[in-house]
Amino acid sequence: MSIGTLRLHERHARVTPAARQPGAEGRLADLRKGMTAEIVDLDLALGDSTARRLFDLGFVPGARVSVLRKAPMGDPVILQVAGYEVALRKAQTQSVRVRRLS
Amino acid sequence: MSAHRSTVAAAVTGQARLALVGSPNSGKTTLFNALTGLRTKTGNYPGVTVARYEGVARAGGHDLVIEDLPGTYSLAPISPDEQVVADVLDPDNANITTPDAVLVTLDATTLGRSLGLLAQVLQTGLPVCVVLTFTDELARRGGTLDVPALQRALGVPVVSVTCGSRVDLGQLQRLLADSADWQRPVIAPPTEPTAAHAWVKSLTLRACYTVPVADRRTQRIDAVLLHPVWGTLVFFATMFAFFQIIFTVAAPLQDGVQSGFSWLGTLVADHVSNPLLAGFLGNALIGGVGSVLTFVPQIALLFLMISLLEGTGYLSRAAFLMDRLMAQVGLEGRAFVALLSSLACAIPGIMATRSLPSARDRFATMMSAPLMTCSARLTVYVLLIGILVNPDASVGPFGAQGVVMFTLYLVGALSAMATAWVFKAVSSRGGPALPFYMEMPSYRLPRARSIALSVWDSCRGFLRKVGRIILVVTVVLWLLLNLPMRGDAQLRSAGVNPADKPAAATSYVLDHSYAANVGHAVEPAFEPLGFDWRINIGVLASLSAREVFVATLGQVAAAENPDQPTKVLQQMTYTDGPHQGKKLFTPATTAALLVFFLYALQCMSTIGVMRRETGGWRWPAVAFGYMFVLAWTMALLTHVIVGALT
Repeated sequence: MSIGTLRLHERHARVTPAARQPGAEGRLADLRKGMTAEIVDLDLALGDSTARRLFDLGFVPGARVSVLRKAPMGDPVILQVAGYEVALRKAQTQSVRVRRLS
Repeated sequence: MSAHRSTVAAAVTGQARLALVGSPNSGKTTLFNALTGLRTKTGNYPGVTVARYEGVARAGGHDLVIEDLPGTYSLAPISPDEQVVADVLDPDNANITTPDAVLVTLDATTLGRSLGLLAQVLQTGLPVCVVLTFTDELARRGGTLDVPALQRALGVPVVSVTCGSRVDLGQLQRLLADSADWQRPVIAPPTEPTAAHAWVKSLTLRACYTVPVADRRTQRIDAVLLHPVWGTLVFFATMFAFFQIIFTVAAPLQDGVQSGFSWLGTLVADHVSNPLLAGFLGNALIGGVGSVLTFVPQIALLFLMISLLEGTGYLSRAAFLMDRLMAQVGLEGRAFVALLSSLACAIPGIMATRSLPSARDRFATMMSAPLMTCSARLTVYVLLIGILVNPDASVGPFGAQGVVMFTLYLVGALSAMATAWVFKAVSSRGGPALPFYMEMPSYRLPRARSIALSVWDSCRGFLRKVGRIILVVTVVLWLLLNLPMRGDAQLRSAGVNPADKPAAATSYVLDHSYAANVGHAVEPAFEPLGFDWRINIGVLASLSAREVFVATLGQVAAAENPDQPTKVLQQMTYTDGPHQGKKLFTPATTAALLVFFLYALQCMSTIGVMRRETGGWRWPAVAFGYMFVLAWTMALLTHVIVGALT
């Protein structure tokens, strides 16, 4: 394995359990259409490479995310994050902790 | 991984090499085409560049090699096509030439996300130049960005290029000439998530970046097209219109091409006196290859519609709507796009599976992609439906021929889904759960030029296939159909007078040719499906490419009546056996043939690509085997059921 590849492996996001904060905290998957929330953190259950990918897609703690649309039967959903639209499945949105914004 | 030795067109050495890196759909390929003048296919669908493409650009009196890499969101790869990017940019990877410099395209409308990728590229230590794209869209949607400030903050050259602007391009070309002198950042930005996020935040602040508001036009269109009820209806209406258009619009054009060829046929008959040469020109070339060429209008139209769907951005929406359905068979929305590309041809469909992160999904999609109705099947379907269904018949307001065609496409798609499910279920390797994510690009009006190029490229590909595989197989078939040669004496001793009845002589030669021997030899296998030796020959020959079937029947028909090949086929009868004298193309046999073509893997090119993509003969052998068994069984069922009903 080359040095470059090793370096890539180090880039995987290590997800840390967040300090529990009071408030309307929940899962991204639980938001209804039209709701906006702030990302708190990503769940350990995602695994390192998936967490890193969601981070690279703009799912960063502190970022705002809104639910624009749900597909027929509620899965997947189109989210607005970092100025663009991306579709995610419930399997992923379930693992994103968010704080609801009024 | 086979992706490493993928389509690098021209390996030019001794010149500066620049690689193009960027997120999917960030305008990389458009920039590549503008710089090199080379026409790579572009579309408004994330993931159009699935292989590497190279081109040569001129800058400052020098030639530069530009390499277009697949789009990626990150240098931490999770799919084969992203692995290509990571490998190319890895200076320690000895297998691949590392570029001398990197052009990173950043979509200005999603800067917050794209800068993360830039940070990773800067980490490699290679000289980097940033090309900002879609700044016009950023301004339209109320976002702001101070480009000089961004350049100061980044410490690397930044150029804003709006697609098609010559001024912007000139500025970039001047920069490209001396990539060794590009300013480099003092320290590479961090890539560890928390630090990287802070870096992106400070950058966007210093560059006065404000996030654009959601594209109003896209929002309004999506409110309808992605509506749970209306969106689904529009989707099916779109797909249905697709097939109606192929028939109604292309039919007159096809008639035109056909009458052109029959005119050529009469020319040959009138002016070529040597019977052997006249037979070769009239039957093999004009009747055989010509009959395949009459499908150029359909192929062009099919690709026109697919590239329109892709260019506007609807394809991602279709994948979104279909994701839930794909989830039922264990696949994801992107696999749907691979399957949808297979409507044109299974080869791009199989190549598109490189964007799938999971190896199991990849194999399952690859195995099912050849079941999607490709443009080669279209030629056979048009011919057989022409025999089976009266062109004036209708089902409600729709032409019956179009409805049958739609049904065949639908059955093909459903079978592909079912196959994917089976392959997903039996493959025991349990990999990690990989995420599904798909960018929804803003709707954009596709540029007429890129649509035209895509249609032209596909037609050229079709013509090339006709010129190579189909021509060769057709000529070989013609020889087999006309050998051994029969002298007049031989014909007379067999009770046929060539002077009185040339048609009888032709059919005598046909019936006793080498091809007939082969066709008769496999009769036991195909007899239950209602096929006679002539259809058998067509089916066997079409193992090379499906269109050959049309060419074979075209040859047989042209030998009897070159003006109305469909009519000849409709009236063809069994020449021997228990059904002698009865009509050959009964509804049962024609339907069985249609179903056979629906399932069978009759395409050398697909088998070749499968071998290349999976790195062995195992998967192509599995695909060929299961599809043949399926084809035979389903054709038998169809023959029995339709036979009982009619």
